[in-house]
Amino acid sequence: MIAEAGLAALWLAAALAALQFVLMLVALRSGADVRRAMRSIAVVQGVLTLIAFAALLTVFALSDMSVALVFENSNSAKPFIYKVAGAWGNHEGSMLMWVTILAIAGAFVALLAHRTSERTTVAALGAQAVLALGFYAFLLIASNPFARLWPAPPDGQGLNPLLQDPGLAFHPPTLYLGYVGLSVAFSFAVGALLTGEVDSRLARAMRPWVLGAWVLLTLGITAGSYWAYYELGWGGYWFWDPVENASLMPWLAATALLHSINVLAARGALKAWTMMLAVIAFSMSMVGTFLVRSGILTSVHAFAIDPERGTFLLALLAIYVGAAFALFAIRAPALKEGAPFELVSREAGLVINNLLLSVILGIVFVGTLYPLFVEAVSGEKISVGAPYFDAVAGPLALLLALLVGIGPLLAWRRERRPVLKRLKVPALLGISMLAITIVAWPGMHILPRLGLTVAAYLAAASIVPLIGRNPLRAPLATWGMVVAHFGIAVALVGMAANAAFTSETLAVAQPGEILNVGPWSVQLAGVTPTAGKNWTAIEAELRASDGPRLVTLNPESRYYPDPPTETNESAIRTFWNGQLYTVVGKQDPSGAWQLRLWWKPFVTLIWAGGALIAIGGALALLGRLWRLVWRRRTPAQGWRRERYA
Amino acid sequence: MSRAVRFAPLALLVLIIAALVWRLATPADTNVHSTLEGKPVPVFSLAPILPDKPGLDSSDLATGQPHLLNIFASWCVPCVTEVKVLETLKGHGVRVEGIAVRDRAADLADFLAQNGDPYERIGSDPQSQVQISLGSSGVPESFVVDGKGVIRYQQIGAIDAADVPMILSRLEQAR
Repeated sequence: MIAEAGLAALWLAAALAALQFVLMLVALRSGADVRRAMRSIAVVQGVLTLIAFAALLTVFALSDMSVALVFENSNSAKPFIYKVAGAWGNHEGSMLMWVTILAIAGAFVALLAHRTSERTTVAALGAQAVLALGFYAFLLIASNPFARLWPAPPDGQGLNPLLQDPGLAFHPPTLYLGYVGLSVAFSFAVGALLTGEVDSRLARAMRPWVLGAWVLLTLGITAGSYWAYYELGWGGYWFWDPVENASLMPWLAATALLHSINVLAARGALKAWTMMLAVIAFSMSMVGTFLVRSGILTSVHAFAIDPERGTFLLALLAIYVGAAFALFAIRAPALKEGAPFELVSREAGLVINNLLLSVILGIVFVGTLYPLFVEAVSGEKISVGAPYFDAVAGPLALLLALLVGIGPLLAWRRERRPVLKRLKVPALLGISMLAITIVAWPGMHILPRLGLTVAAYLAAASIVPLIGRNPLRAPLATWGMVVAHFGIAVALVGMAANAAFTSETLAVAQPGEILNVGPWSVQLAGVTPTAGKNWTAIEAELRASDGPRLVTLNPESRYYPDPPTETNESAIRTFWNGQLYTVVGKQDPSGAWQLRLWWKPFVTLIWAGGALIAIGGALALLGRLWRLVWRRRTPAQGWRRERYA
Repeated sequence: MSRAVRFAPLALLVLIIAALVWRLATPADTNVHSTLEGKPVPVFSLAPILPDKPGLDSSDLATGQPHLLNIFASWCVPCVTEVKVLETLKGHGVRVEGIAVRDRAADLADFLAQNGDPYERIGSDPQSQVQISLGSSGVPESFVVDGKGVIRYQQIGAIDAADVPMILSRLEQAR
C-alpha cells in the first residue's frame, strides 16, 4: 500500500511537470501571465516527489521484502540507520532521490525567483520541468523503485558491506544536491537564452544556486575522498578513477562558472561564455551520472551494469545538452557583450582563471573518455591513470594556485596600481619555502616541492585582500573568498606533504614483533576474533610509540556473510602533525600476520583544506542571501555595489 | 562569434554521443583471452606421477580427437569441486587429460580416491614449467585442444556445472 502510494505520487508529479512545460510554451508564445499557476504547480510537484521518497524510506525502514528493491538491497539484520540509507544506496532509490531534490529545487525557484523578469522566470521554470520530466520517465519506465515481488521472500539479499558506513548516508545526497543546484543554473541559462535577457539580474538570480551547488559538490568530493581513504584501506585519497572524475568534472565547471558569473553580475560582460559554462556544468553532472550508472567505464565503484538504463540516460543527455547547445548556437550572436575591460583588470584575471579551469576540465574529460575513443577507433585497449593526470593537470593547477593570489587584488575594468608590490611578503615566504625544501630534502620530487612553495606563498597571499582595510567591515562574500583561497593553500600543503613525506611499511609480523614506520615503532601485541551484528572479524592490537606518545590501534579484517565479502577496517590515529594509518590482512601459514602501516605527515590538511574551501563558499552564499533578503525591494544598481564580488 | 565557434560545442557533443552509443552497443569484453588460442600446444613430455596412470606427452593430444587438458593439483581447493564436473564431462565421452602441478604422489592418490578420477593420463609438472609454457598462471585452468593438437579455448578458473554445455560445444567445434 505504501509502495503503491509512492508510485501514484510519482505519476502525478510527472503529469504536473508535463503541464508546467506546456504552460511555458503557451506563455512564451501568447505572453499570457502564467507565473502564479506555474508557481503552484512547481510547489505541488515538489511535495508529491517528497511523498514518493518518504514512501520509499518507509518500506526500507519497515524491511518490506515484498518490494523488490528492498529485497535486493536490504536485510532485516542490518542496523536501522543503514536500512534507511539503503533506500538510496542503489540505482532506483538514488534516482528517486535525484528527482525529489530536482523537484524541490524547482519549487524553491518558483517561490524565490524575483530578480529575473517574468518571462525569463517562466522560461526557466519550463526548462526545469522538461529536465524533471525526463527523469520521471526514466524512473517510471526503466527503473521503478516500487516494483513488487510475489510471494514476498523471507529476507533480503543485504547490501555491499563497503557501503555500510556513515559516509554512504551523506555522500550521494550531498553530490545530488550539488548536481541539482547546477540544474537550476542550467534552466536559468536556457530560459535566458530563450528570452534573450542575459544580464546582471540573471547572474544575481543564478549566483546563489551556483554557490550552493559548488559548496555541496566541494563537500561531497572532500567527504568521498576521505571515505575512499579510510574505507578502502589503500592509504590514498584520490585515484583518478572514472567515478571520481565524474564528480570532479562538474566541480571544475562549477568553479569556473562561480567566477565568471561574478563578471556578469558586476560588469555585464562574458555573457555568452557564462551561459555556455552554465550549460556545461550541468552537462558534466549528467555525463557523470551516465558514466556511473551505465557502467560504461571500468571502475572500482561496482554499480550494476544495465544497457537499457544507460541508453535511456544517454538519450536524456543527448536531448538536453544537444538542445541547449543548439539554442546557444542560434542565440549567441544576439547577446551584446557588456562593458569592455583592459588586459590588467579583475575581468581579465577571471578570464585567465576560467581558461585554466577549462583546460584542466578538458584534460580530465579527455583522460576519462580517451580509452573509449581509442578502442572505438583502433580496437586497442588502454587505460589512463594517475601518471597522466598528475603530470598534465598538476602543473596547471599549481599555476592556477599561483594566480589565485593575484586575481582578487585587481580592480574591475583596469588596474593601474602596482599590485605585485602587495605580494612581497607572500612571495618571500614562497621563495623561503623553496629554499628550505632544496636544502632539507634535496631528493624531493618536483611537484611536491613546487606544491609546498606555492602553498606557502598562497597562504599569505590569500589574506592580502583583507589587509589595508577594516576586516570587520569587509563584506561576507570577501571573507568567503579569502577563506576559500586560504583553503586551497591548506589542501595543497596536505597533498604535497603526503606525496613527499609518507612512509610505508608492509610486512608480516609474529605477535610480539616490532615494526618501524616513519618515527613510529609499532608492536603487534595480539590478534583476537570479534563479531558485530552482521559480521565476524579478527582484530589486531597494535601498540605504537614515537617516544613521547603511546597509542593503541585496533585495525580489523572483517568478514560479512551476506553477500560474502571481506573488508579491511583500517585503524587511523590522527595527531597534529599527521596520521598513523594501519591495516591488518591475512595470516600466513607460519602464523604471522600481514600488516600495512603508513605514517602520513599532515595528510589531514587535504580534507581540512577542502572543508575550508566549502566554508568559504558557504560564507559567500550567506552574504549573497543576506543581501537578497534585505535588499529585495531595491533592485541592485549596477556594478558599484559589486565591487567586492 | 563566428558560426564555426558557435556550433563547435554541438558538433563535439554529437561526436561524444556517437562514441558512447558505440560503447553501449558493443560492451567491453572484460574476459582475458589466451594468445595461445589457435596455436599448437607447446612440445612437452611429462613423467607419470602415479604408478597406475601413464604420463602425458604433447603428442598424446594430437590423436585426431579433441581433448580437454586440465591443469590441477591436489592442494587446490576449487579443483575438488571441478573434478566432479570433469567426471560429468567424461560421462559425455570427453577425453580429459591432466597436468598435476607441484604435487606429491600420495596426496594426489588420496585426492583422486576421495573426489573421483576422470583423467586418462596425468603428467607431473613439479616446477610448473609446462604450466608456464601454456600461459597458465594458476590452478585450475583448462584447455580445449583439437585433434591436431591446436589450442582452441582456454578456461581460466574452475569449470563449474553451468559451463558444461559451453565446454561440450567448444569440444564439438574442435572436432
